Amino acid sequence: MESTYVLEMKGIEKQYSGTRVLKGVDLRVKPGEIHALLGENGAGKSTLMNILFGMSVIHSTGGFSGEIRFSGEPVDIKSPLQAMELGIGMVHQEFMLIPSFSVTENIKVNREITKPTMASRLFGPKLNVLDMPSMHKDARKALDTIGLSIEEWTKVAGLPVGYMQFIEIARELDKSNVKLLVFDEPTAVLTEGEAARLLEAMKAIAASGIAVLFITHRLDEVMEVADTVTVLRDGELIRTMPKVEADVFKLAELMVGRQVERLIRHEASINASELALSIRNLKVLMPGEEVRQVDLDVYKGEIIGIGGLGGQGKIGIANGIMGMYPATGEVLVHGQPLKLNSTKAAYDAGLAFVSEDRRGVGLLLDSSIEFNIAFTAMQMRNRFLWKLGPLSQANSKVIRQHALEMIKTLDIRCTGPLQLTRRLSGGNQQKVCIARALALEPSILFVSEPTRGIDVGAKRLVMETLVKLNRELGMTIIMTSSELAELRSICNRIAIVSHGAIEGILAPEASDVDFGLMMAGDYKRLREQGAD
Amino acid sequence: MPMLKQMYTNLGVARAIIIGFLLTLVVLAAVYDLDLAELASSSLVRTGMNGVLVLAMLPGIVSGIGPNFGLPLGVICGLLGSLLSIEFDLTGFPALVVSMLASIPLAVATGAIYGWLLNRVKGSEMMIATYVGFSVVSLMNLGWTLLPFRSPEMKWPIGRGLRVTISLAERYEKVLDKLWAFEIGGLRVPTGLLLAFAVACLAIWLFLRSKTGLAMKAVGDSKQFALASGLNVDKNRMLGTILSTVLGAIGIVVFHQSYGFIQIYEAPMWMGFTAVAAILIGGATVRKANITHVILGCFLFQSLLVISLPVANRIINVGGVAEVARIIVSNGIILYALTQVGGAD
Repeated sequence: MESTYVLEMKGIEKQYSGTRVLKGVDLRVKPGEIHALLGENGAGKSTLMNILFGMSVIHSTGGFSGEIRFSGEPVDIKSPLQAMELGIGMVHQEFMLIPSFSVTENIKVNREITKPTMASRLFGPKLNVLDMPSMHKDARKALDTIGLSIEEWTKVAGLPVGYMQFIEIARELDKSNVKLLVFDEPTAVLTEGEAARLLEAMKAIAASGIAVLFITHRLDEVMEVADTVTVLRDGELIRTMPKVEADVFKLAELMVGRQVERLIRHEASINASELALSIRNLKVLMPGEEVRQVDLDVYKGEIIGIGGLGGQGKIGIANGIMGMYPATGEVLVHGQPLKLNSTKAAYDAGLAFVSEDRRGVGLLLDSSIEFNIAFTAMQMRNRFLWKLGPLSQANSKVIRQHALEMIKTLDIRCTGPLQLTRRLSGGNQQKVCIARALALEPSILFVSEPTRGIDVGAKRLVMETLVKLNRELGMTIIMTSSELAELRSICNRIAIVSHGAIEGILAPEASDVDFGLMMAGDYKRLREQGAD
Repeated sequence: MPMLKQMYTNLGVARAIIIGFLLTLVVLAAVYDLDLAELASSSLVRTGMNGVLVLAMLPGIVSGIGPNFGLPLGVICGLLGSLLSIEFDLTGFPALVVSMLASIPLAVATGAIYGWLLNRVKGSEMMIATYVGFSVVSLMNLGWTLLPFRSPEMKWPIGRGLRVTISLAERYEKVLDKLWAFEIGGLRVPTGLLLAFAVACLAIWLFLRSKTGLAMKAVGDSKQFALASGLNVDKNRMLGTILSTVLGAIGIVVFHQSYGFIQIYEAPMWMGFTAVAAILIGGATVRKANITHVILGCFLFQSLLVISLPVANRIINVGGVAEVARIIVSNGIILYALTQVGGAD
C-alpha cells in the first residue's frame, strides 16, 4: 500500500543536557511537494534535520523521542549513510565538492560506474576501470533535470558559487533512489539571479515526484515555491498550513511572535540630540558576518539593540569598530573621529567590548579570574601596576581587591578570585568578561551575544547588570543579540541588520510582523512600497 | 600519604618516572661504590652551567613561539662576544662581563631578524627554528675561518681561521664557579655559578610579572584574547624571540667559563635540543612553562647525564661501550622529553 506521505515525523522531542530544544514537533511531507520549514536561528530547524539524518551529535547526547516513518515504514535512522540508503538527500549550505575533480567526478564520487579489465578479472573488482562515458551520461541527465547547461567534464575549481550549488543538487539527484531532498538555506550565498534559477530547479525536481524540504528564512521564496509551510519557533511547532492560506505578513508574525517581558520601562525618553556614536558607511570584512554598508547613530545614555538573523552581519559591526576585523568607513565617538582597525585606538576612545566568542576571544581560560578581569585595563589604562620609570610590576593587592569587588557586585559564582575561568559555568564566564570590560571604565560598551549558551537564571542576571550599568553609570550600551526577545526586553531602540546593512530601526514595542519582515529582509520592499 | 599523593599529582607521571629513574641510578651508583659526593658536585656544576641556556627556552614558550630550537643563533652571538673579549686581551671578571655585554647587541639584532621570520611562519615555528639553527651554524663555519680575529690564542698556527676549541685557562675559566665556592663533606658548591643562575631566573620572573611580560604571556596564551585587549601580537612574539636569543648568548658564556674552553664550528648545533629536552622534562609543554620547570628540568636532565655515565661504565666495562651508552642515554632522554611535548597533564 502506498502511503500518502513520504516522510512523517511525529512528536519529535529532543533535549540537550536538560534544555528542551524540540518540544513535540510534527512534520509530514508528501511526494512531489515543496515543503518549506521556516524559523529563526535556534528555532530547532537544524536539530530536526540532524535527527532526520541520524547525525552522531543526536545519538551521543541521549537520542530523541518520537516516531519517524519513511514511505510509510517506521524507521530508526542511526547514521547519515543509512539516511542516504533510504533515499534522503541533502544539499548542504557549504559546498562539499572536490575542487580539482570534474563535474562528473564530483557527481559520481564513491558511486563510480566501473567496467572489468583483464587485471580485475584476475585480482578482483578493485582493479576495475572507470566507465567514463556512462558516468558522463548519468551526470548529463542529472544536470539537464535542473537545467544546468555546463559541460560535465569541466573542473569544479573556479566555477561560480551558484554553479557549485547546482552540482551538489545534481549529485543528490543522481542517486537513483532519492525520494526526499533537503535544501538547507540554499539561497543564502547565491545572487538573486542564481536564486531564481535554483527555485526553478526545485520546482522541476518536485515535478518529477521527489519531495523537497526547503529550510529557509526568506519569506518571499517560501511564497514563491512552497506548497506547504511549517513554522517552528523555540522548538515548538507553531503551524503547518498550505501556502494558499499564508501571506508574508502572517508568516513573519508566526516566525517571531512571542511574549515579551519588559525588564525596564524607559520613563524618561533619552536625549536624542547628543550622539555617543555616529557610524557612516561602515564595511567590515568579517568572514560569515560581513558588514556591507552600515549607517547608525547611537544616542548618549541609551541601550540600543542590534538584531537580525545569523550570518547577516550584525556581529560584524562591533567587531569592526573594535578593530578585530578589517573595517572601512567613518566612525565618530562623541564627535571625535575614531581610527579604525586599531583595538588600542578604540579603547583609548573610551569604548569597550564583550565578545560574542566568550571562550575564544573573551577569556584566558587557563588564567585566574582576577588576572582576566585586570589584564586589559592593565595594558590599556596602566591600572593595577606598580610603576618605577619604565619598570613595572603587577600590583597583586589591588588586583585581588578589585576582583573581590567585582565578584561581589556581579555575583560571580566561583571558589575564589584564583579559580581558573575554564572551570566556571557559561554565565559566570560571561560575568568575568563584563567585569574585564568594566575595568576599562568605558563610556560606550559593546556587548555581543551576552546570553548565548547560558542558563535562564544567569541570562536574567546579565541583562539586569546591563540595565544597572546603563542606569547608574549612564553607560551607553550597544547590545548585539540573536535573541530578539532579549533585545526587546531592555533596549530603547532596536536596529535590525539584514544583508550587511541596517534594514530598519524599531521601538521594542513594535509589532511582531515588522520585526519578522525586517529580519527576513523584506521590510523596506513591502512596507515602504505599500506606503507609496 | 595524602601529601605524597598530592606531590605525585603536582609532578605528573612523566616527571615521576624521570625522578624514579634518577633515584634508581643513585642507588646503583651507591651499589657500585661510586663517589656520590663527587657525582653530586658535578650535577650542581652542570645544572649551573646549563641553567641560563635552559632559561632561554622560557620567553620563547610563554610568548607563543614555542621552545626555541633556534638557540644556536643566540649561542653564536655569545661566542662572538667571548672571542671579542679575548681579542681585546681581557682576563678574569672583566673578560666575562665584556663577553656578555658585547654579545647582547648582536643577540638583540639577530633575535629581531629571527623573530621577524618566525612571525611569518606561525604554526610551524619548531621545525623552522630547528633548520634556521642548523643553517646558521653551517654558515658560521665559513665565518669562523674568515673573520679577521688576530689573537694568536685563537688562530691556527698556520693557515687561516679560528681553532675548533680555544682554551679559557688564561682568561675567565671558572671565575663564577670559584666565586665564594665552599665544600662540605666532599660536596663542592659552586656558589657564584648558582647565584648567577638564580639572578637570571629572578630577573626573568620579575619581567614576566611586569606589564610587558604579562602582555607577552597573554599573546602566547591566546592570540585572539591578546588582540581583543589591544596588543600587538607580532611585536610581543618578537620580544620573546629577542629575549630568548639574548639569554642564549649569555648562557653560552656562562657555560664556557665553567667548561674552560670555547667551542666553535659544529659545537652549537645541538645545544637547542638539550635545552628543549631539559625544560620539557621539567614539566613544561610547548605552550606553557614557568621558572620551576626551568630549574627542576635543568637539574634532572643534567643529573641523569652525570650519573648515568659512570654507572653505565661499571655495568658494561668494555672500552668504547661507555661512550655508546652515554649517547644512547642522552639522546634517549631527549627523545623521551620530546614525547612530552603535549605536557604531563
